[in-house]
Order: sequence, then C-alpha cells, then structure tokens
Amino acid sequence: MNLRRDVFQAIADPTRRAILLLVASQSMTAGAIASNFDTARPTVSKHLQILTECSLLKQEQTGREIYYHINAKKMKEIADFIEPFRNMWEERFNKLEVVMKKYKSK
Amino acid sequence: MEQKTKINAGDGKQEIVITREFDLPLELLFKAHADPEIIEQWMSHAHRKTKVLKQENKKHGSWQMETTDDKGNKVFGANGVILEFIPDKRITRTFEMENTPFPVQLEFIEFEKLTDETSRLTMQMIFKSVAVRDQLLKMPFAQGLTMAHNRIQEIAGKFKKK
Repeated sequence: MNLRRDVFQAIADPTRRAILLLVASQSMTAGAIASNFDTARPTVSKHLQILTECSLLKQEQTGREIYYHINAKKMKEIADFIEPFRNMWEERFNKLEVVMKKYKSK
Repeated sequence: MEQKTKINAGDGKQEIVITREFDLPLELLFKAHADPEIIEQWMSHAHRKTKVLKQENKKHGSWQMETTDDKGNKVFGANGVILEFIPDKRITRTFEMENTPFPVQLEFIEFEKLTDETSRLTMQMIFKSVAVRDQLLKMPFAQGLTMAHNRIQEIAGKFKKK
C-alpha cells in the first residue's frame, strides 16, 4: 500500500465518501456503484482502488462478479481518529455558549 | 446531544475548516473571541487553566496565551500576530505553538449573523504542508491516549498508596 494514501486522504474526497455511503447499505459490483455517479467509469474505478488500498472496502468474488463491501472495522478506526479533534472544539464551543449566555443575562 | 461542530479537512489540502452555529447574537460571539477574561473562561477546563498574557486587538497587534495544569506547571503556550481585527466580522491571525516543531499557521476566524439571536463561526486554519495538517489533526487523538494513560497511572497510584 502506498503510504501517502492514508485513510484520511481517502475519506476527504466527496465522491469516495458517497461511494462508502452507498456500499454501506449493501455490497455492490463496480458497475452498480458507477451507475450511481455521473463521473466516468475509470474515475470510479480509481476511487474504488484507493478505498480498497486503504482497506476501507473489501473485495469478494462471487462467481464471475467482484462485489465491494465495507470494512466496518476500518471505518470505526477513522471515526475514532478524527472524533477527538472535533470533540475538543465541540467542548470548547459548548462552554463558550454557556459562558456568553450567562454574560448576556447579567 | 446533537454535535454542532463540523470539521472539514479536504483531500490533500493544507487546511482545516471548523464551523459551528451558536445560539448567541453575533456581538456576543465576537466578544468571546476578543475579551481576554472571556477567552480564559471558555478555553479553560477541569485540569487545565488557560491564561491570556497578551491580546492586542488591532492590526499588527500580538497575542499570547498559556495553559497550566493543577500544579501550575505550564503545559502549553501559543502566540501570534493579529493581521486583521474587524469587529463582528473577522479576526485574521498567525498561530504558533511554543516549544514544538510545528510551523506557524494562519487562521481566518469569520463571524456571521444568522438571526438576531444566532450566529455562525468559521475558522479556516492554513498549514505549511499537508503532512503538518494531518499531524495536527491527529494530535488530540494522541493526547487523548496519553491522558487516558496518565489517568490509569493516577488510579493505579491511588491503589498502591492504600
């Protein structure tokens, strides 16, 4: 796996996030995924390749078809990762709101 | 409770954008970012006290703050220059963490009125490189681990004393 392709870069792209949402509901073939987007098929393939390289998606061969499905474990890892940064600001801003509401009522 | 703070860290970009809507009039949201005493209140928490050492709210002014732990040890320091100070609209400043290898970052802090009683804050942070941005994004995660670790040691320590 290319180290530059870390999962954070993978999920930062809106199309890739849309693909993850789509596949989260059910396993799909590359063709079925591509039919949901206006972008060219090779572009979707490239996105699928990146998501697979980052282990966010897993491939599963069923007969002649390859189905993509979500790797829930890896997805959870990311959520856990970016959450602390967001939580840090969420807590600060919640406090700001409380402090200023008190200030206002003085 | 609903999470109101949104983080946007685009693919391969050297920036992080934080947005949040407040149940506060624009003037109060701005004041919370300009008044040193108020900044100290919302930036401090249980075991970390933040003190604003300098806050010159004007073009070419400078700012400095530090955070201390329960014992009064300095655990974090940051400072910078204020490039723009437009009341109820925008603060543009540099942000530099003291005693760390992190390069200085640029921050555009924008204030917007939504209704008479609500407002929106947008903080755009710009970094020297994508790598620096990604590292900073992961920092609270690492800190969280360290804090959890310290907490475990603290609890374990109490057990020992018994």
